[in-house]
Amino acid sequence: MFEATELNIRNDRIQERFRYLFLAMAVVLIVPVLVILSLLVIKGGPVLSWSFLTEFPKNGMTEGGIYPALLGTIFLVLVALLFSVPLGVAAAIYLSEYAKDNWLTRVINLAIINLAGVPSIVHALFGVGAFVIFFGFGTSILSASLTLAIMTLPVVIVATREALQSVPHAFREACWSLGATKWQTIRKVVLPNAVSGILTGVILEVSRTAGETAPIMFTGAVFFVPFLPESVFDQTMALSLHLYTLSTQVTDVPENLPYGVALLLILIVLAMNALSIGFRTYLRNKKKW
Amino acid sequence: MTGMTEAGTPTDKRVVLDVEELSISYGSKSALRDASFSVYENEIFGIIGPANSGKTSLLKAINRMDLVTSGMKVDGHVRFLGREVRKWKNVFALRRMIGVVFPLPVGLPLSIYDNVSLAPKLAGVSKKSELDDIVERCLTRAALWEEVKDRLDSLGSLLSGGQQQRLTIARALSQNPRLLMLDEFSIAVDPVTTMRIEDVLKELRQEVSIVLVTNLVQQAERLADRTAFFLNGEVVEIGATSALFNGECSDTRTTDYIEGRFG
Ligand SMILES: Nc1ncnc2c1ncn2[C@@H]1O[C@H](COP(=O)(O)OP(=O)(O)OP(=O)(O)O)[C@@H](O)[C@H]1O
Ligand SMILES: [Mg+2]
Repeated sequence: MFEATELNIRNDRIQERFRYLFLAMAVVLIVPVLVILSLLVIKGGPVLSWSFLTEFPKNGMTEGGIYPALLGTIFLVLVALLFSVPLGVAAAIYLSEYAKDNWLTRVINLAIINLAGVPSIVHALFGVGAFVIFFGFGTSILSASLTLAIMTLPVVIVATREALQSVPHAFREACWSLGATKWQTIRKVVLPNAVSGILTGVILEVSRTAGETAPIMFTGAVFFVPFLPESVFDQTMALSLHLYTLSTQVTDVPENLPYGVALLLILIVLAMNALSIGFRTYLRNKKKW
Repeated sequence: MTGMTEAGTPTDKRVVLDVEELSISYGSKSALRDASFSVYENEIFGIIGPANSGKTSLLKAINRMDLVTSGMKVDGHVRFLGREVRKWKNVFALRRMIGVVFPLPVGLPLSIYDNVSLAPKLAGVSKKSELDDIVERCLTRAALWEEVKDRLDSLGSLLSGGQQQRLTIARALSQNPRLLMLDEFSIAVDPVTTMRIEDVLKELRQEVSIVLVTNLVQQAERLADRTAFFLNGEVVEIGATSALFNGECSDTRTTDYIEGRFG
């Protein structure tokens, strides 16, 4: 009765084989990450320096630093946040706290899912049509940031909604039964306990926004400007576009230069992701109920 | 009223809550049918009955939580202080006059101080000294003051279950309600704390009317002046607690439930 039958043994062997197959597949995942990272570090590492970060490009982009592009990327991201965070958080509050399950809610949810699935080049074309031409903002930081904001809106909405939903419903009922209005309940109990979750989402959004190229290349980011932007109606350089032009448009670029830009971009994204993961762990350890 | 036993009704006292032919349903599912009873000043009105008998639904209809419960439909009359609750223009004012304690303790993730002072603050009390007074008075009445007076700044949601339940009572008292509704408060509380809270309720009876929904038949016997027995959405019987527990029930189902033969 306790002996393994022929069949048991065979099944066991098969199951072992599948285990190794799946493990191999999982390990394959690590390979591209390692290859990309080490290539970037080896080739781009020597380029990174303080002057690389703080100087303008020189000699038709073949020398000098990337200061205006770095600054431009930061500027683009910040202006995009200015629009996407209030809008996204407000929409998420509506959906999570006020919306009844009716056709309007379902349409909004469908729109969010679809917005998240739209390819970034399509967002770019929308940005050109809407912000550059229709609203007449021209190719400017404003147009580019608005395009980025719309593209990342689903990330903010979904993260915020999840953060709000993670606050137990019992807290809301307790507040309402004290005579608090919905808004008072949201302000005093729900939002304060969701704010860190929302921040995590925002940081993730930043890391995604920083690396985008398509949505900004027709709407506000340009190949080269000899001065820094002075308002949101100016055009700007950006790291992602800079990398693209260095690698494809400019001749005689030293081989290491694009790798340096790429490494910087990756470092920014990784730092943001790490920040967001750290934040999440910190929250998990800081229990409030 | 219908032909239900109304023995022990204190006719000389003011009615605080008057429920008449109240029916509650969720979609096509009925949760309570034709409930009628009154709760008087300074009395503890006990409600006993097995699961699904519509006790929680009744409480929700009284303080108009049906407004935020999807699918809940209420028919009939609930009069609080003589006014139909559905005609109160300001449901927030209504809810401020009715304290609620839930089955599972809900300490809000705020400081102990803020748990108790939240509602008065939202209602417009802003003087620190006044809020201090409210916090101390309510915590004292809920028999929690001595345990927490030195750490009013720590999180109310991290207190022990029994402490949180007393915190909930303090919070429910923070706006001087005319009616206190407790829904199976002892379900997640140890016996010693349960006894302490029962003592608190006996004291509170002097100043506020209490609706006590309880899963412990003996708790109703210990505390309630009158007791109603709910079964599957029907109010089977209402009577003076002493009479019901002395076997003077008009319905054998009540006797069976009280003596633990089903439920
Ligand atoms: N939000 C809701 N949606 C749908 N049905 C509900 C809802 N709340 C309660 N019900 C139904 O109404 C009926 C009465 O429920 P209620 O919670 O009032 O009973 P109860 O007497 O409080 O039970 P318990 O002793 O278990 O707390 C049950 O059949 C329940 O399934
Ligand atoms: Mg219940």
